[in-house]
Parts: sequence; structure tokens; C-alpha cells
Amino acid sequence: MSLETLVLQFQKKDESAFEALYHMYQESIRGVIFNIVRDEAIAEELMQDVFVKAWQKSDSYSAAKGRFFTWLLNIARNASIDKTRSKDFKKGKQNLKVDFFVDILQNKTDLNRQTDAIGLKAFVEKLADKCKKIIELLYFKGFTQKEASETLEIPIGTIKTRNRNCINELRQMLDI
Amino acid sequence: MNVKEYIASGILELYVAGVLSEKENEEVYANMIMHEEILNEVLKIEEAVLKLTSGVAPASYESTLKIIKEKIGLTPDNDLISLPESKINWFNYVGWAASVILSAGLIYVMISNNDLKEHIETVETEKEFLEQQIELAQDDLKEAENLLAIMRDKDIIAVPLAGQAAFQDTYAKVYWDKATNAIYLDAQGLPEPPEGKVYQLWSLTLNPLTPTSLGVIANFESDDNKIFTIENPNASEAFGITLEPEGGSPTPTMEQLYTLGVVSSSP
Repeated sequence: MSLETLVLQFQKKDESAFEALYHMYQESIRGVIFNIVRDEAIAEELMQDVFVKAWQKSDSYSAAKGRFFTWLLNIARNASIDKTRSKDFKKGKQNLKVDFFVDILQNKTDLNRQTDAIGLKAFVEKLADKCKKIIELLYFKGFTQKEASETLEIPIGTIKTRNRNCINELRQMLDI
Repeated sequence: MNVKEYIASGILELYVAGVLSEKENEEVYANMIMHEEILNEVLKIEEAVLKLTSGVAPASYESTLKIIKEKIGLTPDNDLISLPESKINWFNYVGWAASVILSAGLIYVMISNNDLKEHIETVETEKEFLEQQIELAQDDLKEAENLLAIMRDKDIIAVPLAGQAAFQDTYAKVYWDKATNAIYLDAQGLPEPPEGKVYQLWSLTLNPLTPTSLGVIANFESDDNKIFTIENPNASEAFGITLEPEGGSPTPTMEQLYTLGVVSSSP
């Protein structure tokens, strides 16, 4: 079954389509959430919120607006960032550092899951620092090009090409 | 349009990141449909990002999907609805069990504590008893040292009293300190007096033979070392011990003269 059909079924509230999509993206979404909140319990809570929301708002998705994965990614990033702005989160995490996804990979000990995290870790370590930063901002944090250019202090026109080069580097490493 | 240039521009990476405007998204979508090459590129970019983001995920829970499905009402069967309840019960039981174990533990500790306290009290009592014993022993020692000092004193006259007539086996000794007019009678060699009788000590002058009572030994049985301190202001020439009725006699009963000893002329 193609992704398009699966998404259509999902929008018709089909349980097995929902399950299939969940399994396709859950790990990635959990990774994005965790990278923002840095707390497994909160990440689990947000995982539930994100997929519940996706189910409830499935009508709002259309292929013309973007990839289904990207749509989920946006819900996850927004929910996570909202969470980090909430009072109770700030209370518990006052000293949350601005960490990059790279740190998680470097500190990871349970690398035995479906994703070849060991290989990934090695590859990501080889990525140039500027790549790590731009990937962090655009994919994990959902920064706009403007926000990213301001944060990285590079011209907005450079963002697009630099990001292209960095993703290419990653693809080469991952053999994609 | 030049597909290669379009791909190389980096717009597709931004498309997957979700940072393009709505209009740009629609354009990319339209181009994807028209050019398979563009679609494939998007799929590959997406795959790379999926792998990367998955790589930083902490361990997943199998229960997550179940919970999500419950929340969106996808599980009408009772099994799953009753699940959280049974979970609560389980915690309940664990809670109760923990409190029972805790209580039992506390009781055990209290009992142990009481036992220990009792034990400490017993030990304290024993210690006090032993201290008393030591005190007594020290008193005894002091007394013995005292006696030894007295007997060794050069100014003290020792008068052995030998067993008389029917009482050959008996003996006694008098240590007489003329300076203090005190005598110490060592009556170790006398048998315990029969019921209703007491020993009486006499000071004698020999010419003429005149006995003077130095008193009865009332506490003979209860005294441990059988040494009795008695005052003697007399110019005694000899000492004798007789057995007399309780309270003593004005004159010695000669048939009951147990021991007798003469003071040697010069000290």
C-alpha cells in the first residue's frame, strides 16, 4: 500500500492505517521530541499527545501542503516547544542547556534498536560542525530560514545551499 | 525548468524540514508530481532525516500505541479499559503489602530494642553487683593488710593461747598493743560455741591468780576472719578463754577453760 493510500485511510479513521503510520514514524518523532525536552517521561507524554492530535486533526493534512512526515514533525516540534515554555516544565528544568542532537548520540548507551545508531553516531561525529548546527535548527527545532540565518549569523541565501550540502553529506554516509 | 538545478538549489531539503511557505510547498508538490526525479530526491532526503531523528530517540514503550488508541477511543473491548484499573489495584496491593511489611519490620525493631534494653539493664545490674564484690574484696584486703600490719608491728606482743585439758585441739592467739590498750584476738582455732553459750576472754594476773573479764565474743559465728578487737587496759600476765552461758559470767568456769597463754615477760 502506498503512503498516499495509507494517509487517506488514516484520514478516514482507519485503525490499521493509523498503526502503520505510527510504526513508520514513531521513533523519529520521539527523537525530535526528546531532543527538545530532554526527558524520557515528558517525551513519552508528548508522544501520546502528538499522535492523539494527529488523529484528531487528520482532516487538516493535505499532500499539497507537504510531506506527511513533515506534518507530524511540525506537530511534534510545536507540542515540545510549547511544553518547554510551560510553567511546570521551566520549574523542573531551569538549567536546561541548549544542547544539540549530537550530544544525545554521543551520550547514548542503548544503541541496539532498529536504527543503526552505532553507525549513525560514527557518521554524525564526522559531520562538520556547521552541518550539525544547521541540521539541528532546521529539522530538530523547526527554525525558519530567517531564524536560522540570524542564529548562525550567515546570510539567509546561504542557508539553503549549506543545508543541501550537509544533508548530502549525511546521505552519503548513510548510503541513501 | 531545469530539474537538476532545481534539486541542487536545496529547496527540497527545506521542504522536508517544513520551513517553506504554503505557496512554496504547493509548488514543490506540483513539481514532484510532474518529475519523478524530484519525488525520488524528496523521498531520499526524508529517509535520511528519518534515520537521523530516529537515532536520537530514547527507548520506545510498547504501551504507547495502546495508550494513544485508548485516548482516541479505538479500543472498545473491555480488556483494555480495565487495564489501568487493574494497574491501580496492583499498586494498591503493593502499597498495602509494603505497609504490612513496614509495620512488621517496625514491630520487630521495637521488640529487638526492648530486648536489648532489658539486656542492658541485666548487664548493668550484674555490673553493679560485681562492683560491690570488688568493693567488698577491697575492704577485705584493706582489713587483712591492716591485720598484717598490726601483727608485724614490733610493739605488739603476740601471746599464743594453747588448748587446755579436754580442749587440746583448740588454740587462739592474742596480739596485744600496749600503746593503744587494744588486743586483737585471733580465735580461728576455736570451734563454734554450742547453742546458748559464748566464749569469754579473760585477762589474768598470776600472783595471786586474778581473772578480769575482757568481755564475751558475741558475734563469733558471724565474724568471717575470727579476729576480734577488744579493749584491754589491764596489766595482763596471761589470757584465757572459757565457754560461758550467754551474756558471760563474773568469774571463769575453769572446767570450760579452752585455751590459756602467758605473756612473755619482756616484749
